[in-house]
Amino acid sequence: MSQEKKMKLTLPVEEYVGSGNLACQGCGANLALRYILKALGPKTVLCIPACCWAVIDGPFPHSCMSVSIYHCAFETAASTATGVKAGLDMLGDTDMNVVSWAGDGGTLDIGIQALSGAAERNDDIIYVCYDNEAYMNTGIQRSSATPKGAWTTTTPVKFPKVESKKDIDAIMAAHRIPYQATASIAYPEDLYKKMLKAKNIKGTRFFHIFAPCPTGWKSRPEDAVKLARMAVQNCLFPLYEIEHGENLALNIKIQNKKPIDDYLKLQGRFRHLKPADIQSMQEEVDRNWNRILKKAQGC
Amino acid sequence: MSKKKDAAKIIFESEKDVPIMPMSLGSMLFNKTGSWRNIRPEIRTADCIRCGICWKFCPDMSILVEEELPVVDYDFCKGCGICAEECPVKCIEMAEERK
Amino acid sequence: MRKVIMGNHALSYGAMLGRAQVIAAYPITPQTQVVELLSEMCADGTLAAKFIKVESEHSAMAACIGASVAGARTFTATSAQGLALMHEMLHWASGGRHPVVLGNINRAMAPGWSIWSDQNDSLSERDTGWMQFYCSSNQEVLDTTIQAFKVAEALFIPAMVILDAFSLSHTYEVVDVPDLDKVDAFLPPFKPYARVDYRTPRAFNGLTGPENYMELRYKLQKDMERVPEMVEATGREYEKLFGRHLGAVDAYRCEDAETILVTSGTAGYTAHVAVDEMRKDGLKVGNFRMRMFRPFPFDIVRRVLLPAKKVAVVDRNISYGHHGMFAQEVKSALYGIPGAPPVFGFIAGLGGRDITPASFREVVDTAAAQDRPAEEILWIGVKR
Repeated sequence: MSQEKKMKLTLPVEEYVGSGNLACQGCGANLALRYILKALGPKTVLCIPACCWAVIDGPFPHSCMSVSIYHCAFETAASTATGVKAGLDMLGDTDMNVVSWAGDGGTLDIGIQALSGAAERNDDIIYVCYDNEAYMNTGIQRSSATPKGAWTTTTPVKFPKVESKKDIDAIMAAHRIPYQATASIAYPEDLYKKMLKAKNIKGTRFFHIFAPCPTGWKSRPEDAVKLARMAVQNCLFPLYEIEHGENLALNIKIQNKKPIDDYLKLQGRFRHLKPADIQSMQEEVDRNWNRILKKAQGC
Repeated sequence: MSKKKDAAKIIFESEKDVPIMPMSLGSMLFNKTGSWRNIRPEIRTADCIRCGICWKFCPDMSILVEEELPVVDYDFCKGCGICAEECPVKCIEMAEERK
Repeated sequence: MRKVIMGNHALSYGAMLGRAQVIAAYPITPQTQVVELLSEMCADGTLAAKFIKVESEHSAMAACIGASVAGARTFTATSAQGLALMHEMLHWASGGRHPVVLGNINRAMAPGWSIWSDQNDSLSERDTGWMQFYCSSNQEVLDTTIQAFKVAEALFIPAMVILDAFSLSHTYEVVDVPDLDKVDAFLPPFKPYARVDYRTPRAFNGLTGPENYMELRYKLQKDMERVPEMVEATGREYEKLFGRHLGAVDAYRCEDAETILVTSGTAGYTAHVAVDEMRKDGLKVGNFRMRMFRPFPFDIVRRVLLPAKKVAVVDRNISYGHHGMFAQEVKSALYGIPGAPPVFGFIAGLGGRDITPASFREVVDTAAAQDRPAEEILWIGVKR
């Protein structure tokens, strides 16, 4: 076999998520965790509440992971992490990354009180929300992260979700935490770089990672990365970082903003939408994007 | 094919072997998720440009790098097809699983 | 050193002398002084601990659990609504085998809003897998807190130290506060069973199927069954060092008693006084004050109560649609034993209504007038 050209690896080769895990085919949450651990390394503890990853890890007495995990109650991803960090500090293990690894339901809905509390105290934890836009583990029920117009098992086709997605990033920015970022599984180098940066900051750090779920979105497993990329390219999920609630910096500049139609077409959860619905969704995407652009320009 | 250390599923015969805390004692490598596949990625290595994209986007750590080329770990590859979809030169094809 | 302190501060001193390393708490009347003093102790360096001022009791227990699995000794305190909010996490602490120590000030559950004492808050948590110790003096609060760390960490079972609102929490008494080095000799640092660590990465609390769940619970129960003996042994060791013995129960003048009162908390202290008065009047009564409710000390209960002619349980709590909870459990302990005395179940003092020596006189007179209880529940002090 020819040795003249090296394979181009843009991320460290160390893996902390192991094979044999129970994630569905094409799981975005698997990729998201794989990437963040490449940045954080082995001195990391994950506090995982009820979410897909509570199952993906594998049943007792097994785990697919090579970092420590504390599976915690649904609404306690942040408060458990706060306690773990305090305990480790008291024991002298001060260099551990203590990470909350929670889904969108566990973050935007049931866990928001504990998250807000930890952020207000500026507890020294990294809170990561992997957002697949519904309660996937319980069978695709709507969460406050589910986008307007989407089908879920509790927002049926005849009455899809009428409310807009909760803006968790603005909520976290209002807490003036030292660092927060949005990220996407389609841009792993960007995610990796931002996580490395966050690792060296003290205080509460918040990541919001867009992680498509083929099972819940009724999309093809092979489209998981493509959908995540489209969401960035059509400005539905812009990638940026914010320090101390201000100074929003866009990480991925968009040259030709594309309409959301193609993104929606690849997903069964949007199949029922009529042109007028899509038009209204597009307008909302545009409004949100303009708001981000204004913030990026510092006004 | 897989270079991952083989592991057996842990089955407790007696409560005496069960730890008091529900905690892990072994990996998930006993769980060969390759059996979930209906379609399998096949890499035409002759056309591979070694860009590493298939390795990067595999959700199941099932693209291995051997002698600077990607190799599928069929023990664990679940057959999602992301590697074939993302391959910029389309040298990965999803073929019907041979059972 | 002897100090005049309130019951809440006895809890704080217990946590300080026990060298709690992480304290997470949320304020609630009548618990506030516990955490106020501890936050001062942490701030001025009297106690080397992290004090996390969480945004709810639910988060308080979650943080204690997190700190415990990191290997730290943990303490929190709460009351009533706060304890109820913690309910889910109480199961989490015991199921995960995290030996957290919690001070609970017994306060009646709302609505209507009440800040006064009864035991429905803590007794509603009797099935969560926590040890429960009911105290009747400030000295007992302090001594129990220190011993609770020792027993909890030996068996990896969390423990609740419980005291009545106001009649103990805000009442000042003389308390012998032991020297820290003496307590250190009694209570070595916490040795976790396993902890979150990068040297030996582990996943805790993974999905547990029917093939393994029952064994975990079997082991928790088996360790619970070891508690009574452990409490006695720990009590004897403590007595050697500090001269005070605390066991699972405090049986007073029960040996020759015809009627034995079963009591707990500060009402148990009142009963003690009432027994002396009634004895002067020639009534052969005794006071069986239960300090430990979980695990339920079946052996001692049977041994002490069986010789009596009548047992009168005074509950400051009620399981609606059933009975007072101490009465339920005393009955279950005596069930099926030939010649066991009838158990009279009294309910008194809900929502902080006073239980006085006269209340116990009424209890004893009522029991004396009936061969067997005329009603399932005999109410004391209800305006009917």
